[in-house]
Amino acid sequence: MINKLVPSPEAALADVPDGATVMIHGFGTAGMPSKLIDALIAQGARELTIVNNNAGNGDTGLAALIKARRVRKILCSFPRQADSWHFDAQYRSGEIELELVPQGTLAERIRAAGAGIGAFFTPTAYGTKLAEGKETRRIGDRDYVLEYPINADYALIKADRADRWGNLTYRKSARNFGPIMAAAARTTVVQVRETVELGELDPEVIVTPGIFVKRIVKH
Amino acid sequence: MRKLDRKQMAARVARDIPEGAYVNLGIGLPTLVADYLPSGREIILHSENGILGIGPKPPDVEVDEDLINAGKEPVTLLTGGCYFHHADSFAMIRGRHLDFAVLGAFQVSVLGDLANWHTGAPDAIPAVGGAMDLAVGAKQVLVMMELLTRDGKSKIVERCSYPLTGARCVNRIYTDLAVIDVKPDGLHVVDMVEGLSFDELQRLTGVRLNRLATAA
Repeated sequence: MINKLVPSPEAALADVPDGATVMIHGFGTAGMPSKLIDALIAQGARELTIVNNNAGNGDTGLAALIKARRVRKILCSFPRQADSWHFDAQYRSGEIELELVPQGTLAERIRAAGAGIGAFFTPTAYGTKLAEGKETRRIGDRDYVLEYPINADYALIKADRADRWGNLTYRKSARNFGPIMAAAARTTVVQVRETVELGELDPEVIVTPGIFVKRIVKH
Repeated sequence: MRKLDRKQMAARVARDIPEGAYVNLGIGLPTLVADYLPSGREIILHSENGILGIGPKPPDVEVDEDLINAGKEPVTLLTGGCYFHHADSFAMIRGRHLDFAVLGAFQVSVLGDLANWHTGAPDAIPAVGGAMDLAVGAKQVLVMMELLTRDGKSKIVERCSYPLTGARCVNRIYTDLAVIDVKPDGLHVVDMVEGLSFDELQRLTGVRLNRLATAA
């Protein structure tokens, strides 16, 4: 019998090694898997590369992971916010490396990783600082920049409902990066509001099929 | 001469958005446009974080932390609206499905180059968000900004001194003094605030402007 439910966030993240690349779902705090992040902080893995749209808000969630000095590098589109003080301080002191990626390129690089795509050409950022040093090509009458997938060891996702096969539904705009990160990581760990019996999720509305999910934690 | 205030600028942009348009409003000043869209028109607002059909701000008691816009402010969903993931959201942007993107700017050049993400200051932490995708992807890129900086310099320039968001991507510039189209043969003044002469506008911007053929 397939059962992807694990008893606790700690059990779900026990094997994360130092130096892992970890995708963290969420746009600001919508969709951010706070329980899993707290467990990752307690677990102690260091020198992490984090993929998220932002670089932490306030003092909890991703901001707390940064505050605990577990993050070596972050890939994101919008680090600077009114409440990103933990990132700001470590960026200025040189403790955290930043790879700034336009938001659509970030999403497509994550999607490409999950879909087995080797690279893709995008018009975004052509002729700007963020394309400096990158391969470009003119296709038809437009110029494009070559971008590569972002693969990850782990993805930490927050979803709304799950069954034991790992099928997921999300809630409102908290869906954001969840479905593409779930596919892009080798080990996808999901915290959900509710677990349900097989068959209770309408097959027509399952957003992330269970094939992309390894572990489920109810919080 | 009476400059338009921020609300009047938003109303001026809103007037030009037609029935049936799919529109992304950038963070900050452009977000105000939503409050002035004519109530008789069905216009669908898009948000980078996976929403089509953004409705008005909810009352405090109905705020839902899972329903926010790209500026991370609470919003509502119109009847008929829907949610989708980030890769689909940017397929809508990059794939030329959005009719309009309304963006703020530090500078716009006479060629329609846009600078709005980074001042280039060495101690500034850069943040780009979805601006570069919107700049290359929307069918029409509308910029909304005050014409002059605080110290009186024109933000419409021969060549942007700030790092670019996109090259030759702006179609129209809405300012507090005039509305100006960017065309292959240069900048064309669409309208000006009352009491402002073409010559005075030309002097303030310092780049070559063309009178609209139909202007009185």
